[in-house]
Amino acid sequence: MKRRWTSRARAVPGYVGLVVLLLLIAAAVFADLLAPNAGTQLLLERLDPPTWASGAHGYLFGSDNLGRDISLRMIQGARVSLTVGFVGVMMSGGIGITLGLIAGYLGHGWDRVIMRVADVQQAIPVLVLAVAVAAILRPSIVNLIAVLALTTWFTFARVVRAEVLGIREMLYVESARVVGANARRIIVRHILPNAAASIIVIATLQVGNLILFEASLSFLGVGVPVTTPTWGRMVFDGLDYVSTAWWIALFPGIAVTITVFATNLVGDWLRDRLDPRQREP
Amino acid sequence: MRYVLQRLAQGLLVLLGVTTIVFALTFVAGDPVATLAPLEATPDERAAFARNMGLDRPIPVQYVDFLTHAARGDFGMSYSSHEPAMGEVLERLPATILLTTAAVLFALVVSVPLGLLAAMNHDSWIDVVARLFAFLGQSIPVFLLGVVLIIVFGVDLHWLPSSGTGSWQHLVMPAVAVGSFSAAVLARLLRSSLLEVLSQEYIRTAYAKGLRGRVVVVRHALRNAALPFITMLGLQVGFLLSGAVVAETIFAYPGVGRLAVQAISRKDVPVIQSFVMVAALIVIVANLFVDLVYTRIDPRIRLG
Repeated sequence: MKRRWTSRARAVPGYVGLVVLLLLIAAAVFADLLAPNAGTQLLLERLDPPTWASGAHGYLFGSDNLGRDISLRMIQGARVSLTVGFVGVMMSGGIGITLGLIAGYLGHGWDRVIMRVADVQQAIPVLVLAVAVAAILRPSIVNLIAVLALTTWFTFARVVRAEVLGIREMLYVESARVVGANARRIIVRHILPNAAASIIVIATLQVGNLILFEASLSFLGVGVPVTTPTWGRMVFDGLDYVSTAWWIALFPGIAVTITVFATNLVGDWLRDRLDPRQREP
Repeated sequence: MRYVLQRLAQGLLVLLGVTTIVFALTFVAGDPVATLAPLEATPDERAAFARNMGLDRPIPVQYVDFLTHAARGDFGMSYSSHEPAMGEVLERLPATILLTTAAVLFALVVSVPLGLLAAMNHDSWIDVVARLFAFLGQSIPVFLLGVVLIIVFGVDLHWLPSSGTGSWQHLVMPAVAVGSFSAAVLARLLRSSLLEVLSQEYIRTAYAKGLRGRVVVVRHALRNAALPFITMLGLQVGFLLSGAVVAETIFAYPGVGRLAVQAISRKDVPVIQSFVMVAALIVIVANLFVDLVYTRIDPRIRLG
């Protein structure tokens, strides 16, 4: 009886994270409906504090130095962050899973080459390499996603490779091979389904990481064009005013934290459910 | 000894790979001349530039040339200062190393007690609070933590300077901002590896011998939980350097990260390349160091 209760209690943070994440996704999808006037500048209403902190013009999170509504710009920013997070993970996962399968299944030379490349990439801090590449490329969301995918794929590759090495030796894979299944069938029907749990967990946690990277790169002014509203850039723009108008930098930063926190909660919960071997005691 | 040499060779191989990536950076945008030449150059100036820099030669020739120069630490001249780019980066390096060292100290001072407390009070409210803190620390971006610290301790309380360098007070906020992520990761890891060790047979034996709880944890459990902890600490070096880039920008701290960010806006490619090189070199050396520490602590590696 007690056991059941604890397992339910453990799931609560996961549900909370999931609800928050779904709300954020909804905000991002309907950003143009919710915040059509995010770019409007009312210079007479600039640097207005949030309404609940004696703001005069009724802005929930205040207005910035150009008189733009911060809450509306944050909704637009959700779009960039979540797009980069989810699409980036799909691409990073696509590359990483493929290379991990090749390294783990074909082994030998393939394995050595792919894992050495992963070693090299792991030696360069992701943000450092992303900053360097993004600085040289023209700023755009597509370029940013490509850069993040090319600098983070090895996380997937390592996990998938380790999974494949274990699964490959299983009796059911051996039997499939004996009855004449080819490599493609074995990978698609046997190895991928069994590696799915770890892949899903890693993918979820990587969404949070990629959102953190995107926000940090936007903060540094690389990656996304500086005119696009992003949470990271909004924090940077607010830095100059932090001693008088603290709300400009604070709320977009909190938005990043809540998003990443929610993704981490979901990821941890999924790990508990799908991959109990990795569960934290 | 053979193990150490093997690791050293592996490190050199990785370094060669990194140098290749750094070389390839100039080709990322397609045309290296467009990437490297000053933004305001005319077509004639571009052609002259390509000839001067040797960019009109075949790529393999350029690569070998790049490697031979790189081996001597020569990554070209900075576009803005016209000084050697690597020299400029190395000049700023001590400040960044100071910052990241302070961040590591902060991470250790927070994570070790937090992980210990959580593990020794498993499933109590202390454990729950510690886990919550660790989760939060892993989710807060460096720049938000920096902003919050500036608002609270710089603007409101006037306890600490919000920007610049010169005294230990200048180091406190950047170090906390950079170190918090690692503190959270390390606390979580220490907690779970302690819990795992504490469930082992020999721990029960130690208790059965009549040893006190604290002795068991410190003498037996902590020592065994130290190995994954040190590995993770080595893996954190990259994150710390990434964090330093952001923190140096917020706190106007004159390290390599700030130099690199300034180089980006000027498209100062040699400085960016030198920066990537140095960051990777630090990570490689840190991991080698971790391997060496490992061989000292764990006799299985030294003898096996």
